[in-house]
Amino acid sequence: MIKRSFFKSKYLPYLLIFPQLLVTLTFFYWPAVQGIFQSFLLSDPFGRKSKFVWFYNYIELFTDPLYLKSIFITFTFSIAVAFVSISLGLFIASMANRALKAKALVRTMLIWPYAVAPAISGIMWLFLLHPSYGIVALAIKEWLGVNWNPVLYGSDAMVMIVMASAWKQVSYNFVFFLAGMQAIPKSLIEASAIDGASPFKRFWFISFPLLSPTFFFLTVMNIIYSFFETFGIIHTVTQGGPGGSTNILVYKVYQDGFVGLNLGSSAAQSVVLMTLIIVITFLQFRFVEKKVQYSG
Amino acid sequence: MKRKFIIIPLFFIFLFSLFFVSCGQQDQKQVDTSKLEKQIEELSKRLDDLSKKVDALIEEKAIVKAEVPAITINWWHAMRSARGEVVKNMINEFNASQSEYKVVGTNKGNYDETMNAGVAAFRAKKQPHLLQVFEVGTQTMMLSGAIYPVFELMKDAKIDVDWSRYLQAVLSYYMNADGNLMSMPFNSSTPIMYYNADMLKKAGIAPLSKDTPVTWDELGEITKKIVKANIAQAGMVTAWQSWTQIENYSAIHNIAFASKANGYEGLDCELEINNPQVVKHITRLKSWADDKRFMYGGQKYQGPKSEFIAQNVAFYIDSISGIAKLKKAVKDFKWDAAPLPVEAGTKKLQNSIIGGASLWVLTGHSKKEYKGVAAFLKFLAGNEMQEYWHKETGYFPITIDAYDSLKAKGYYDANPLQTVGINQLNRAIPTKISRGLRLGYFVQIRNIINEELEQVWNGKKSPQAALDNATARSNAQLRTFEKTYK
Repeated sequence: MIKRSFFKSKYLPYLLIFPQLLVTLTFFYWPAVQGIFQSFLLSDPFGRKSKFVWFYNYIELFTDPLYLKSIFITFTFSIAVAFVSISLGLFIASMANRALKAKALVRTMLIWPYAVAPAISGIMWLFLLHPSYGIVALAIKEWLGVNWNPVLYGSDAMVMIVMASAWKQVSYNFVFFLAGMQAIPKSLIEASAIDGASPFKRFWFISFPLLSPTFFFLTVMNIIYSFFETFGIIHTVTQGGPGGSTNILVYKVYQDGFVGLNLGSSAAQSVVLMTLIIVITFLQFRFVEKKVQYSG
Repeated sequence: MKRKFIIIPLFFIFLFSLFFVSCGQQDQKQVDTSKLEKQIEELSKRLDDLSKKVDALIEEKAIVKAEVPAITINWWHAMRSARGEVVKNMINEFNASQSEYKVVGTNKGNYDETMNAGVAAFRAKKQPHLLQVFEVGTQTMMLSGAIYPVFELMKDAKIDVDWSRYLQAVLSYYMNADGNLMSMPFNSSTPIMYYNADMLKKAGIAPLSKDTPVTWDELGEITKKIVKANIAQAGMVTAWQSWTQIENYSAIHNIAFASKANGYEGLDCELEINNPQVVKHITRLKSWADDKRFMYGGQKYQGPKSEFIAQNVAFYIDSISGIAKLKKAVKDFKWDAAPLPVEAGTKKLQNSIIGGASLWVLTGHSKKEYKGVAAFLKFLAGNEMQEYWHKETGYFPITIDAYDSLKAKGYYDANPLQTVGINQLNRAIPTKISRGLRLGYFVQIRNIINEELEQVWNGKKSPQAALDNATARSNAQLRTFEKTYK
């Protein structure tokens, strides 16, 4: 039943993909190759002195305990963001799917936060959670008696950026889960209801497996999001601090390369980051996708 | 393919015919030369008459000579909002003062972005004449090979500058090891200590002197009183901890921040901030943090400033550019400023060091343009501009003449807050150690120091361990930098 189009001309398909190919080559492959080349160099920012140093930049990176710590922080951060935003997105979607009144309004309101830029989301959460002027922070200190201080304590700062990053992504996940749920045939759920399955069982044994392609897709997307796009949040909220406890890889690339002008090291870090993302995505496709059921 | 073969012979035929035609014409010319010579003589006479008439007209009616377009000089800077407006006004003043040159100022974002814009432009051979670079980029600029040192520029443009009439503590930050000025200081500031005068009054403490600094021990007693009497949540807070608590602390007490005269005399320098004095100072601050005499408010100035404005702390250390900000923001209490605290029993107090940015002249332009750059730099250093700049932004006037002129006009009597920084900066002739810092990858080093200090404040590391670690990590950065330029 799969639709297929056939091209009579041999060259037409190539011609059609040419513009996209050009864009990919110039904006992805070309910079990537440049980056790899740069990572073997020690060069001054003005480009007047350049030295080929083989793996010096990589050796420096991996003998720096803080770089390894930064990798660890990045993984902790992205797993936390993916977990929080996916589980919340799923929960809200299953609730919204059952909403009887004002369905459209509820959905629109829930999708809204996705339109907020990461940097702005970061600033808003900072206003809520800053230890000296954040309303929520003052409430936490007053009522819960917790010594909340993300300016001083790394774990508090981590919680703050995870919240700011996940909050925005919840809406994104929500949209996909909702669409996925609406694609599940009602008859299946009704049949199991007749057989006496509880709402939880219906969700766990019917909806959830059928949502697995969405789930898989969102995991990949959320991890990529937390690796790269959270830059704006880190930049506005913690700048990698305190004590480097929220210094994720992409922020370190920016700090060393753009601010510190150590182009070689920054390029090496970009290559490591790129490799990590390729490996993660590959592993997900290789091992997780097998368990995904694509058709109902 | 066949057509090409036809074109080539055709082309040759064309060339030959041209040649023959021109030969023929030469013959004709020879006949006419005598006539032509006469005509030329007549014409040149007329021209002379005309030019004389024009000259007379110009003198008489002062017609503007310049139909010649003005030479454009590009200046990329990082000054935005209020400061950006001030810069714009200064440029307009210069452009109105003469017609030979036209300075075009462009804001390229913040300091990092401006430097990056300059770097990218230089690589594309489209660099501006003047680039504003923050003080931590000094070493990178100096070694870049992309700059025209300011002292040479002034010499080549035959502009006589008496460098001894500049604030030495400002100049010394941008000099090379031989004492020659490499870039023109533009916006310079230094840290001072602000305090909540109402709180001190409540605690029964007399206002602090604007000239004589308190000692750290005295500050400890004062903050102890304030915290004990519950007048404030905490005693003091500091902005830019690396700059104020380590770089300036070291300079004031003449303690080396790095070997090789703080890096002025060689790329093979090493950080020395894990020395007993600095460790002792950080240990003291940590113990103050434990009994609330000190609180940590963040790396930059926003957090610490808001703690001071919210009256959570009595003391706040930040750059002199904070004066303008506090004047605007503080409405409900009285505040004042004092020099940075010092160690009791220091024999000779040194100057504090500056922060801010300077103007670098980039290579690759014509001599004419550089003349204009030199004229513009001279104009900026004039009294009028310096006074305007200082009054509007709070940054130091960079010449002694501008300072004297402000003094004569009674400015410092009317604005006693402004004397604190300048007196602290001028209280001694800079030594090799207090003149400034010249380190590669200084941005990264400041980050490292920030990270390590934060781990002291949150109790993860002892001051000694943190400073040892900061030194070792910074040295690794310095070695990479050295390797790049060797």
